[in-house]
Amino acid sequence: MSWSETAMWVVTPYLTLVLLVGGLIWRHRYDRFGWTTRSSELYESRLLRIGSPLFHFGLLFVLLGHLFGLVIPEGWTDAVGIGEPLYHASALIVGGVAGVCTLGGIALLIYRRRTTGPVFLATTRNDKMMYVVLVAAIVAGLATTLLSAAFQAHDYRQTVSPWFRGVFVLQPDASAMIRAPWTYKLHTLVGMALIALFPFTRLVHAFAAPVGYVFRPYIVYRSRGAAGRQAVRAPRPGWDR
Amino acid sequence: MSRVMAQIAMVMNLDKCIGCHTCSVTCKQTWTNRSGVEYVWFNNVETRPGQGYPRRYEDQEKWRGGWELDRHGRLTLKSGGRLRRMLSIFANPIMPSIQDYYEPWTYDYENLTSAPLSADTPVAPPRSLISGEPMAVRWGANWDDDLGGGPSLASADPVVQRIGDSVRLDFERAFMFYLPRICEHCLNPACVAACPSGALYKRSEDGIVLVDQDRCRGWRMCVTGCPYKKVYFNHRTGKAEKCTFCFPRVEVGLPTVCSETCVGRLRYLGVMLYDADRVVEAASVPGDEDLYEAQLSLFLDPRDPEVAAAATRSGIPDDWLEAARRSPVHDLIMKYRVALPLHPEFRTLPMVWYVPPLSPVVDALAGGGHDGEDAGNLFGAIETLRIPVEYLAELFTAGDPVPVKASLRRLAAMRAHMRRINLGEEPDPSIGTRAGLTGEDVEAMYRLLALARYEERYVIPTAYAAEPGSVEEIGCSLDYEGGPGMTGPFGEASGTPAPVSVESFHSLKQRQTSDEVTHERVNLLNWDGKGVPDGMFPKRDRR
Repeated sequence: MSWSETAMWVVTPYLTLVLLVGGLIWRHRYDRFGWTTRSSELYESRLLRIGSPLFHFGLLFVLLGHLFGLVIPEGWTDAVGIGEPLYHASALIVGGVAGVCTLGGIALLIYRRRTTGPVFLATTRNDKMMYVVLVAAIVAGLATTLLSAAFQAHDYRQTVSPWFRGVFVLQPDASAMIRAPWTYKLHTLVGMALIALFPFTRLVHAFAAPVGYVFRPYIVYRSRGAAGRQAVRAPRPGWDR
Repeated sequence: MSRVMAQIAMVMNLDKCIGCHTCSVTCKQTWTNRSGVEYVWFNNVETRPGQGYPRRYEDQEKWRGGWELDRHGRLTLKSGGRLRRMLSIFANPIMPSIQDYYEPWTYDYENLTSAPLSADTPVAPPRSLISGEPMAVRWGANWDDDLGGGPSLASADPVVQRIGDSVRLDFERAFMFYLPRICEHCLNPACVAACPSGALYKRSEDGIVLVDQDRCRGWRMCVTGCPYKKVYFNHRTGKAEKCTFCFPRVEVGLPTVCSETCVGRLRYLGVMLYDADRVVEAASVPGDEDLYEAQLSLFLDPRDPEVAAAATRSGIPDDWLEAARRSPVHDLIMKYRVALPLHPEFRTLPMVWYVPPLSPVVDALAGGGHDGEDAGNLFGAIETLRIPVEYLAELFTAGDPVPVKASLRRLAAMRAHMRRINLGEEPDPSIGTRAGLTGEDVEAMYRLLALARYEERYVIPTAYAAEPGSVEEIGCSLDYEGGPGMTGPFGEASGTPAPVSVESFHSLKQRQTSDEVTHERVNLLNWDGKGVPDGMFPKRDRR
């Protein structure tokens, strides 16, 4: 195994995780105010109303598909009688549709962002860089799906998935990953870049998904004392600023 | 009653509003003179009949604000349940656009000095504050002020449309009044219920509804939820902002800025005690026109020893109880019953109430050559002038004219009673009796509505008891993470918000020191007379 392969499949995943987790903790501590969707709906809602749900719901299915494909070992699906051809076909159909929705959604959103004056004015350089990586990840992912449909089907659950699971048990199986075609490698690398960027871009709003809303009472009461203790920190000495 | 809660509430006496917009302007200078909230008026003054701000906000068939009863008679948000809100989180389908408020603008003053020589006087053309492009100014926060725009605009008032077509011209001739509006700080706030992040909350001590800026994630559901459209989206920071009831002032016993600066002295602030356990029950009464009475039934009499004991058990301090006993708001709402809630049919149980204007009735009488201060004339007119009363009833009692008429009769009785006294005539106790008040009540109400001094209009308990050790925490209010001088890690879209005064300080400084057009100019207003600031004199040509 060459040093570059070690760097890509052993070092990078942990770097990504450190950046993701550390970045989220840092952002939560130091930039809770910036943790928002930065919605531009006030400026333009016609295209947003189509593009945004298309992109986000597509992405949710893509995410589910990734979880299914990467976390569940092939042996398990075989055991319940879902063979590789059946699994592959269903993944191709669901993944393909979700991927096309996601790509179509983001295309519409970027078109809107570029052509609607106020929305473009509200776009930072950070946003632009994020869009490049995000679109690259989606395109590369969709390409692996479509290419494997057009040419020979690669069983990524023999290569990418064991490596992915290995990362979380601190035994990344780089040799498995090396056997994957280059399209998968590219998608994985871009994907890791995207994950590392999460805490430092507007993507961070994904971690604000308001799941608790479904369970909490409608009216929220808060005591001024509690709010005060939360919002006002004790003054810190000058050298600690 | 098990749980007593206190709320700082407001009453506005609409007869005294002259529509000067001082409250709006001082509020804007205090709270929303920043980028991102150019279009936002926490306090605005509408001319009624009129469309209001944002346009036609009262039309809940379109905007879906507030609560409604579902098939089983349970209280639900009109914009749908929790799951529906979660599913529409990626693009809120019923949020007003900037055009529904108005596109904010500034003027390109540079053109006044830099326009080429021409036969015409140069003007300062308007520029959009949203896109920066030249724009035609077509709407504003009070575009139909004083019925400007005439029947074509006023006829789009949702309240007018509810009363019916036949009355339109009639009331056009009959009346007009001003309606200053702030956040209602409701007992059953729909904005709080709609917030997926739990960032909006009602303060348990004083009932003020606030947005936790650190927890708001910009889902914008509160904008849809509020039927009064008094929660706004800051398009620069991506956070919701709303009227704060000037909590930093109220906490130290000062009235809100809108109250403090009101020229007509028409605002009253005071404590109301209510039964917190019965809020949902009151908001769920079946008939819309019963909501006014239902809300009244929530309010507790602070003079009742049982209430006082329960309040103490609920942790309400003694000085708050004492303030509640002296509350002018309580008197206007409960004792004289002249103040009414705005749009109770939204079922949010609003806490900014209004004394309806008698002036349309007086004007109609005087316009017809009658004595507008005679008790008999006034009482008769309140019964016969269908249009103003119906309009007021649509605003304040969900269409039920009875409470509006009762309130107007008391105001009329006060007017007639005091006229007799001013003219040196014998007071006629029967005037008050016809409106359900004793002569003493009439005079006390007159004192409160006409003469009350600052400390009688604003009875705000100062002391939140300081917590032990909290003195050290006060420090400098600017000492916090990312405070002034520190920007967020990702430019202006991140980091903590700059306090308003700091932001305007910097913009002022910038304006005075980096004027693009005239580098060699100095603002003499800021010159202390010492030394020669840069730019006071033209630079010497050294060649």
